[in-house]
Amino acid sequence: MMSEIIKVGIADLKTCVSPNGVMTLGLGSCVGIAIRDPMTKIGGLVHIMLPDSKAISVGQHNMAKFADTGIEELVRQLERMGARRVRMVAKIAGGATMFNFQGGGSSAVGQVGDRNAEAARAKLKELKIPILAQDTGANYGRTVIFYPETGAYHIRAVGKPEKII
Amino acid sequence: MILEQVSENYYDVLKELGNIGAGNAMTALSQMLQCKVDMKVPQVRLLEFSEVGDLVGGDEQVMVAVFLGVEGDITGSMMFMLQEQSARHLIQKTTMGLVPEGSEFEEMGLSAMQEVGNIITGAYLNSLSSMTSLTIFPSPPALTIDMAGAILSVPAIQFGIYGDKILLIQSQFYDEIQLDGYFILIPDLESYEKILAALGIQGA
Repeated sequence: MMSEIIKVGIADLKTCVSPNGVMTLGLGSCVGIAIRDPMTKIGGLVHIMLPDSKAISVGQHNMAKFADTGIEELVRQLERMGARRVRMVAKIAGGATMFNFQGGGSSAVGQVGDRNAEAARAKLKELKIPILAQDTGANYGRTVIFYPETGAYHIRAVGKPEKII
Repeated sequence: MILEQVSENYYDVLKELGNIGAGNAMTALSQMLQCKVDMKVPQVRLLEFSEVGDLVGGDEQVMVAVFLGVEGDITGSMMFMLQEQSARHLIQKTTMGLVPEGSEFEEMGLSAMQEVGNIITGAYLNSLSSMTSLTIFPSPPALTIDMAGAILSVPAIQFGIYGDKILLIQSQFYDEIQLDGYFILIPDLESYEKILAALGIQGA
């Protein structure tokens, strides 16, 4: 059977069933959280931009934009497709610091990658979804592809060999 | 104020700021390169996050970006980015051929690019400052070479705090070849209002 790769945009989430996969291009300080149920081989990917929906006062409707609401929504959609929460496992990638300022400068901008990754880990812990592997931080962008069939999370970066976590 | 509610009037002002800022930046660049640099009328676009990558040639297009903080009467940040090939061409010209166009980005090429970024963004902010009579200090810039999507995640996250769109000023300029450069000015929300007030525009 031909498999299809479904594209996930920025502040977006998509689900799929094996043999299909989900991918997102050029994760920078954003984080890509991939979750699957290994028994049903149902999985999905959410590309979050910001750590916490509750820290933002302006009306916000896009749940996939934040680590907390994005992960909750992805889990909800996977459950609706027949995946079970107790079997779910996760892998995360991204959360880079794209620009290194001399003397630290502009710290709010500098640390958002770390804060995004930290918020994703905290939310997964709260939902009792174990993190099997992660590739976060550093100073480069990542393109990721996730296959719920095997749980393989492929990571590509400029000038680096592809790795699978 | 929410970015999506920008009125036509407000939009025109931003376009004009983009025009003058980019124009000054091009003049500075032309002096540095000691050749004529032409520019098209910049495009000011309010884009969905997902559209930005496509505009610059795809999320995985390798770009060179200079990013700096802005302080003073207004606060925020600014980014100037251009395609890898354009950057190589600029480096070759600014180093007068010491760094050939086909070579990898070595230390000298990168510091030349950083200098270009400094001059371009400095000229842009200077014109913004003299138009508005606001004090604007740029912080030392940081440079990166990476996928467009990853680079753009930085300003997108800052805009993401307020909404789901990003304001991008695209300026194409030419010397012997066409260079596509993109300015993204990211004033904090309160600073937008200050800029408009300084220009005598109310209720945008």
